[in-house]
Amino acid sequence: MISFRVDGQSGVPPYLQIVRQVRQAVRMGVLDVGDQLPSVREVVGAVVINPNTVLKAYRDLEREGLVEVRAGQGTFVRSRPPGPPPSTHFRLGHSLARWVREAREAGLDDESMESLLRITLQAEAAASGSEEIA
Amino acid sequence: MSERRAARGQAAGASEGHSAGMAIETRALSKRYRRASALTDCTISVPEGRLSALIGPNGAGKTTLLRILAGMASPTAGAAAVLGDTPRQDPSFLAEVGFLAQEIPLYRRFTPEDHIRIGAHMNARWDATLARTRLEELRIPLDQRVGTLSGGQRAQVALALTLAKRPRLLLLDEPVAALDPLARRHFLATLTTALADAEGGLTVVLSSHLVTDLERICDHVVLLSRSRVQLCGDIDSLLAEHKVLIGPQKDTLPIERTHQVVQAVRTARQSSLLVRTNGPVIDPAYQAEDVTFEELVLAYMGADEASPARHLTTVGED
Repeated sequence: MISFRVDGQSGVPPYLQIVRQVRQAVRMGVLDVGDQLPSVREVVGAVVINPNTVLKAYRDLEREGLVEVRAGQGTFVRSRPPGPPPSTHFRLGHSLARWVREAREAGLDDESMESLLRITLQAEAAASGSEEIA
Repeated sequence: MSERRAARGQAAGASEGHSAGMAIETRALSKRYRRASALTDCTISVPEGRLSALIGPNGAGKTTLLRILAGMASPTAGAAAVLGDTPRQDPSFLAEVGFLAQEIPLYRRFTPEDHIRIGAHMNARWDATLARTRLEELRIPLDQRVGTLSGGQRAQVALALTLAKRPRLLLLDEPVAALDPLARRHFLATLTTALADAEGGLTVVLSSHLVTDLERICDHVVLLSRSRVQLCGDIDSLLAEHKVLIGPQKDTLPIERTHQVVQAVRTARQSSLLVRTNGPVIDPAYQAEDVTFEELVLAYMGADEASPARHLTTVGED
């Protein structure tokens, strides 16, 4: 079972925050196929949001095929999202941690690193896009 | 749940002119006191199962509206349908509606348990177990005089008693105004849990000034200002319909022709217009940004006053 966190100031709608947290938990192997998600009642009691928000999030996840609702029992993880297994995430996380240490030693602060990552992602996306066109 | 839905269907069918699925519908509701209008031309609808935020400056008419909906005051003009019925002091109507006034109506010398027993005598559908369970979950002593409890605990007792009626509509008039952040959070958790338990069979209208609380838990909003309704609807749809357009100071007229300007902030070089969009914004001179709930609320609260939007219109007409 996982617990959610909803940041009211983040600008990301609460239902989307829940959707992302479930996806992330399944990607990272915190939740396995067959595991149960907290009930709507448990979520609204813990993070104090509208029950309809949780229902909307769970419906979106069901539409994606990530979870299934079993009548009278609750909501369960049905499949893993497409993408590499948790071990790949861990391995890449470790190499990214090495890079972060190196960047910090070179004098980059968190904000510089975040913007560098964003710029690199955009540049790579643009490069692979032009390759496809070529 | 199916039983409840059937009951709701019947109630909707029994009353003429009541749209199915609406917990509250008012038409041109007005309330005049000798000197002033407390409510003017108020037309709103709140669908069943929603948690609606009732927002507005002090004196905007929030309490008047809630009292009319609860059958405690009658309108001077217009009509209200609450759960398909006309609000009035009648046991069959009052059984369905829970109202929690600003001053929490508890007897200080009585214990929560006394209140639960009194409630059982006064209400046909009283669920004493529900009230006891809820208060025990919150570790509120049932045998201690209400006067010795904290403000947060008293508010929880009052809410538990109101929910023990098993109402289909709950009207809450600034119930958390006097509570500290933690007590407020607990109170709202009780409320959202009650909504989850009701599985769509409970509608709540909650008046408060605490916009961040409301944004977190509400999915519908009614905004009053100067006795009039400025905004009413589904929060997600309203946020999607509104945009902040940032662009050059000149030529705001094309925007104004297509979209409704709610609020405008102008500097020498830049206009920032909060608009209710009417189709996509295609003007490349403007950058369209999403609005936050707080921006939306503040814009509409100020919309009826000497507004920059009005000033802007004059400029645009030149």
